[in-house]
Amino acid sequence: MKIAVAIKQVPLRDSPLRLNAAGTWIDEDTLSFEINEPDAYALEEALQLREKHGGEVIVISVGPARVSQTIREALAKGADRGIHIESSSIDTFGIANLLATALRPESPDLILTGLQSDDLGYGQTGVVLAQLLGLPSSTIIMQVEIQPGKVRVKRELEDGWFQHIEMPLPAVLTIQSGLNKLRYATLMGIKKAKTKEIKVISLDRAAEVAPPSAVIEKLYAPEKNKQAQIFEGDPRTAAAKLVEKLRFEARVL
Amino acid sequence: MSVLAIVEQRMASEVLAAAQQFGSDVKAYSIDLPYTADAYTSAVEELIRKVNPTLVVFGHTYQTRDYAPRLAARFGRTLIGDVIAARFEKKDPPVFVRQMFQGKFNADVRLVGDGPHFVSIQAGAWRADGSPQVEKFSPASVTSRQVAEPPFREAARAVDLTAADIIVSVGRGIKEKENIPVVEALAQALGAELAASRPICDAGWLPMDRQVGSSGQTVSPKVYIAVGISGAIQHLVGMKGAKTIVAINKDPDAPIFEVAHYGIVGDLFEVVPALVEELKKTK
Repeated sequence: MKIAVAIKQVPLRDSPLRLNAAGTWIDEDTLSFEINEPDAYALEEALQLREKHGGEVIVISVGPARVSQTIREALAKGADRGIHIESSSIDTFGIANLLATALRPESPDLILTGLQSDDLGYGQTGVVLAQLLGLPSSTIIMQVEIQPGKVRVKRELEDGWFQHIEMPLPAVLTIQSGLNKLRYATLMGIKKAKTKEIKVISLDRAAEVAPPSAVIEKLYAPEKNKQAQIFEGDPRTAAAKLVEKLRFEARVL
Repeated sequence: MSVLAIVEQRMASEVLAAAQQFGSDVKAYSIDLPYTADAYTSAVEELIRKVNPTLVVFGHTYQTRDYAPRLAARFGRTLIGDVIAARFEKKDPPVFVRQMFQGKFNADVRLVGDGPHFVSIQAGAWRADGSPQVEKFSPASVTSRQVAEPPFREAARAVDLTAADIIVSVGRGIKEKENIPVVEALAQALGAELAASRPICDAGWLPMDRQVGSSGQTVSPKVYIAVGISGAIQHLVGMKGAKTIVAINKDPDAPIFEVAHYGIVGDLFEVVPALVEELKKTK
């Protein structure tokens, strides 16, 4: 079966993030980037499904030139080939449109992506992509079982509840972190990845398709909560102060 | 502005409260169907074409996340998901505030163009009050490619965190499994239950039944000590009801400090042993 995995490149976890001069986005100049964590789980699931059922895993990503590095890392983990759509769009609908345009001629049997991104956190790209391709979808998936012509998934609900859902293939699933164990790229994998194909599509169709229905006007640090008493400085002194407060002010110890 | 509130059992009165802030002309409906993504997408689409609202409001539930983006896409729109506040300025299109970069920043998102627009609100962001009339909507016809089985829970939880008076909870800051004893020692010194944020349980460093957050347990102990937890919203919803919240984190800008009553900014590998020492000393 042919599986496409839509991945996104996001700032390296725990990077110190600063705003750009206009205050409309982060300053990306000094940042390092990595694969969005839930997308890493989607990729791993795709690789495991290929090991079980055979076929091909294609990774696809929308973003500027730097994204090719993250695609290459996915190839090193075992994906067969990559598609890089060069675009600086951050509009969910626009990005889903680009993905749909590139994936239509591929007609994959299954499309996986992470349930949300660590930057925008909209959690919609996969679902919108499904709508644009006319495919059924299911979200926040903890287990994927391929059956003849269909897929049975375990979907996470709130408060520790789950639900099984079946739908015909092809379908789009958004994958929850933690459903499998991530693999590392092997030396052999890294070597092989150098010869694998990354098709670069340079088009900015997002602007042509439709203007975004919402724009980020301003990005800013949330207002600090003034109720928190913060103890800084040497750990022993801070610890002593905290214990004293918990004991005599909050009276909870 | 005409507002259509889509109400499910979860977050019902919060959604109604938000809808009433957003517009004076509010219609509220619940969908009279068992849930599947396809069924709800077409049902609510039919309802929108009938009611013709400027704004459609949902609770940001797992169900909404499953179908509302698809529904919005049918109207060429992006769902403005998980909003925490809204501002209406004169005749300008409204601005919705939502968190980005895992709570490190807030974003003002302004709607562009005509309705219908689509917004889902974060749990706890609007105070639940009153409950105006909610009508039931039954669509003319329903088809669904998804077939859903009844919800279920995994085997009974071995650990009931909801009964604990004191909880010590650990997050990514602990770095590796071998470091878990550092926080275990603190839990022991306090007579506390040990809990964790999702990534720790995902990695298998602590069992799933010790997870606090939207997909784990919701707790409200007397004291909740968050160690190396940055405070993503999925975690905060599970613990912000605690009477006293203590945060220990090396990043002074971590969102966990927004809900904390007391905090120590510092390296947990220095702070936690110092705390254990202090607790032993003054016992």
